[in-house]
Amino acid sequence: MVYTLLKVELYKIFRKPRTYIGFIAIAVIVALIQLALKADGPTWIKLMFNGMDDMFAIQDGNVLNGYFVCFLVLNTLLIQVPLLVALVTGDLVAGEANAGTLRLLLTKPIGRSYVLLAKFLAGLVYTFILLVWMAILALFLSMLLFGTSDLLVNKSYTIIQFFVDSEGDDVFWRFVAAFAFAYAALASVAALSFMLSVFAENSIGPIVSTMSVIIVCTIISTMDLPLFTQINPYLFTSYMTAWKGMFNMAVDANGAAIRGSVYSTAALAKAMAILLGHCILFFGIALYAFRKKDILS
Amino acid sequence: MQPLVQVQHLHKRFGDFTAVNDLSFSVYAGDIYGFLGQNGAGKSTTIRMLLTLVAPTHGSIEMFGYQLPAHRNEILRKIGAIIERPDAYKYLSAYDNLQIFARLSGIKPTPKMLMEQLEKVGLAARAKSMVKTFSQGMKQRLGIAIALIHDPQLIILDEPTNGLDPQGIADMRHLIIALRKEHKKTVIVSSHLLNEIEQVATRMIIIDKGKKVTEGSTQELFDPANTVVELQTGDEHAVEKIQASAWSHCMTATEDGLLFQIRADDVPQLAKDIVALDIPIEQFSKRHSLETLFLQLTGH
Repeated sequence: MVYTLLKVELYKIFRKPRTYIGFIAIAVIVALIQLALKADGPTWIKLMFNGMDDMFAIQDGNVLNGYFVCFLVLNTLLIQVPLLVALVTGDLVAGEANAGTLRLLLTKPIGRSYVLLAKFLAGLVYTFILLVWMAILALFLSMLLFGTSDLLVNKSYTIIQFFVDSEGDDVFWRFVAAFAFAYAALASVAALSFMLSVFAENSIGPIVSTMSVIIVCTIISTMDLPLFTQINPYLFTSYMTAWKGMFNMAVDANGAAIRGSVYSTAALAKAMAILLGHCILFFGIALYAFRKKDILS
Repeated sequence: MQPLVQVQHLHKRFGDFTAVNDLSFSVYAGDIYGFLGQNGAGKSTTIRMLLTLVAPTHGSIEMFGYQLPAHRNEILRKIGAIIERPDAYKYLSAYDNLQIFARLSGIKPTPKMLMEQLEKVGLAARAKSMVKTFSQGMKQRLGIAIALIHDPQLIILDEPTNGLDPQGIADMRHLIIALRKEHKKTVIVSSHLLNEIEQVATRMIIIDKGKKVTEGSTQELFDPANTVVELQTGDEHAVEKIQASAWSHCMTATEDGLLFQIRADDVPQLAKDIVALDIPIEQFSKRHSLETLFLQLTGH
């Protein structure tokens, strides 16, 4: 039954015009970044690395390659994507309550838990497809337009070089893993807006509330106050950019970077666990409330 | 006979407000069971409790021999419903909506079956049109198609004539009667429109402020000795003429006209006598007997 419900929910999601706002927004932003970098990328690179990029031996001297463009897009776009996710997932229950179809749906011989689970899974599938769309445009299209080469990442006044050479490609797998982390972060946003959607009668409330929660938690995460530093490790927003951990290498006893490694596997595992834990927590609260809820809309 | 629906001592509280207060009633197979009450009387809350949309504070609901909520799915499989507005997914076509709700009702509909159902409600020509382009009447017909697609035994209609034009209201009335007579369905229909219930119900319940006021068959509830006839005339001496006749004891003069409280089978004789008394008739009508009963019982 969940499979039938999931198919129905996905069909409904992809027949709604609002679903495509996210896809169009991502396409426009990525295209603008790619166009701007095509037009005047080298000057911008010089500014970004303070001319230090010349100090690195990059294959073909192509610092402005597809991997670099994708890294830049991820940095820019992953701040806005939660809004695009909430736009759909915040509407999944509240939108139906507002339209009056929720009561019709819940008079069918299907348990409420199944209805909610199918909606949640559909929201996760939408988030996944949105991220795949972003990967296609930001990674694959950029690789096509700008080619592939070593990736230079400017991290805390240190420039890290990830190689693409005869020994292999040490970058592509990092992007795959980075997108997986980005997905976990967006899934927790989806779960938050979905949970808020259960308590609302129209979709504006959950969407605005989700963004408000993210903004407040992000402020808490960035302010270095003793009280905040105690709660920071437990906020999912502290791990929204955990994907960046994939672009930091471990060093050996001599201080040399270990190719194919990540700086802290434990920190990445903790980030993933906390993001997934929040997904489960938000869905659990939503499920409890939805099962008890009187449908009066 | 075992009732199809048996509700006992049903209560529902929202905070301090009691929406339904110790409500008990039974619906039997083949009934058109009228649920009558003013707006806010507790009709919709009760119907939502039957459909598991609202959880009772306490009390029991048994349908088809099963208890709610333990056998929720078995029960809902046998019910089709329209609750207040017949809402469907506006961004989908009538066909898509019907297909989705058919699947969710537990059947695997063929395209032929779906088109036949749309044909029955007169929407076949608009099968592929988006619901957002539909009139209220068309949405209502789609709602009926959705409610009936899985051939339910019991149909629950909550305020089904809301927002309909006179033709739509008449169509709905005919449909309710046809569901019982031709398709052998049991129907629960709620309305605050006394006239509508009176014309279709075989049994009914009147509720007020969440409490049952009365329940019974239409024949039981309508006292034939209590028919009210209203006469409007321009004759200034009409009152004196009637007071001098055999009808004086059952006449009351009001601002609206002259009211006669008589037996139903005396109405033709009264009409004849008024003509014989040379009173010009502007209007001679039987007041809705249900309205009279309702006002008497609820004291509104």
